[in-house]
Amino acid sequence: MLIPHPLLGPRDAQEFTYLGDASLLNRPDGLADTAPEAFNDYVYLRDNPAGLHRELWFHEQGDRSWLIVTRNTVTHEILGAELARDVALAAMGGAQ
Amino acid sequence: MRFSGFRVVKEALTGHHGWKPLWRTPAPQASYDYIIVGGGGHGLATAYHLAKVFKGKRIAVLEKGWLGSGNIGRNTTIIRSNYLLPGNEPFYEFSMKLWENMEQEFNFNAMVSQRGILNLIHTDAQRDAYRRRGNAMLLAGADAELLDRDGVRAMYPWLNYDNARFPIKGGLLQRRAGTARHDGVAWGYARGADLLGVDIIQNCEVTGFRIENGRVQGVDTSRGYIGAKKVGVAVAGSSGRVMAMAGMRLPIESHVLQAFVSEGLKPVVDGVITFGAGHFYVSQSDKGGLVFGGDIDGYNSYAQRGNLPVIEEVAEGGLALMPAIGRARLLRAWGGIMDMSMDGSPIIDRTPVDGLYLNAGWCYGGFKATPASGYAFAHLLATDTPHPTAAAYRLDRFNRGYVIDEKGMGAQPNLH
Repeated sequence: MLIPHPLLGPRDAQEFTYLGDASLLNRPDGLADTAPEAFNDYVYLRDNPAGLHRELWFHEQGDRSWLIVTRNTVTHEILGAELARDVALAAMGGAQ
Repeated sequence: MRFSGFRVVKEALTGHHGWKPLWRTPAPQASYDYIIVGGGGHGLATAYHLAKVFKGKRIAVLEKGWLGSGNIGRNTTIIRSNYLLPGNEPFYEFSMKLWENMEQEFNFNAMVSQRGILNLIHTDAQRDAYRRRGNAMLLAGADAELLDRDGVRAMYPWLNYDNARFPIKGGLLQRRAGTARHDGVAWGYARGADLLGVDIIQNCEVTGFRIENGRVQGVDTSRGYIGAKKVGVAVAGSSGRVMAMAGMRLPIESHVLQAFVSEGLKPVVDGVITFGAGHFYVSQSDKGGLVFGGDIDGYNSYAQRGNLPVIEEVAEGGLALMPAIGRARLLRAWGGIMDMSMDGSPIIDRTPVDGLYLNAGWCYGGFKATPASGYAFAHLLATDTPHPTAAAYRLDRFNRGYVIDEKGMGAQPNLH
């Protein structure tokens, strides 16, 4: 699999390590009343879709950036990649 | 129709005209007492034990494709009970005992071969860990022997003992472990269940659950609605997709695991060898092919095929251990979809929906568990209480903090 790195161009997936579903970016509020349940869902439960999946890959043997890769879990086709930092900042309404 | 040596001779002399199909192909009835979703090893074993041990009536097994088309036909056929943790080891030893009596019980040749499994040791720390594991196995009634370097050399003199990184210092041997014919297991349970009146319905995909007032009423399928008092789901690999139809998210990711077989060779590996440090294990089939594998590819997948880097990695592990096979050619490679759970251990439990039960999360170790998984799931379906050996496999154990994490990897499915 080739991952289209937004800065470095196409890179072999072997250079990356895989973490999992991109929802792991959305860490729950640890001070909320519902924190125990929210963290149970966050740590243990997954959508696990057959089809398009947004997932976190770490360019460990490259520029050590975290990417969000959109990939089809049925065909292994990779449809795009973006810097996880950009996605996280946009979600917080922060610097773009 | 019973199988026997006499029967084989008689059919050989009369042109093999007397063999009949091993199971019927019934049309689905309007409703059943029990519906098992998934006609693989675990589903068929569940139906068999439900009918035989727990005297269940009106049972159906619904299979989306053909019988045994999933992981029961895609594994590397190893059976063993060499686990460490108290939540696991009694269950797998129960499974091992069922394997030992399986063929006589369902009168079908599953080619169970107790040829022994050897886990190689390379360091003092690993020897300590395996001694502890061996003791845990003995406490649960299994067998275990700790071998030194000479003991391993007596069994397999041609391994590479002086690899610079992983010299072989010994091994943990379970002699009662071994292999079985994977298709034979599925066919044996299917035939056994069919003879007890279970309807095995192939090409019947479950497309939804009908749930009213928190209780399951039946399932929608590609062949129409079928009512049921209780529904058991045993579709490891696709558990996430199926349970999503009941509105559930599971502590499971689906991953692809590859397996390989070489061209046929003269007998060379008479047991099962695992080289955990090199991510490689191997046995030899009765046809002579080396059957081997390694780690999962490591990313979510439903593709039933993996990628080339893992093939290279597994082959490198194999060559590090067994330089002698360097010129053997790879005959086939294939992939199966694993339910990788968050702690590497399975789930056999009720669900928040009354009457809906789940058997899932077998990671890459479901084959060895087939008989006990079926027995324990049938026990749960029939009595609404967990089988004593499977009592730890609760769905809510993650929330309660009672994970069963053999490798101590935490909630990272691709590391188990």
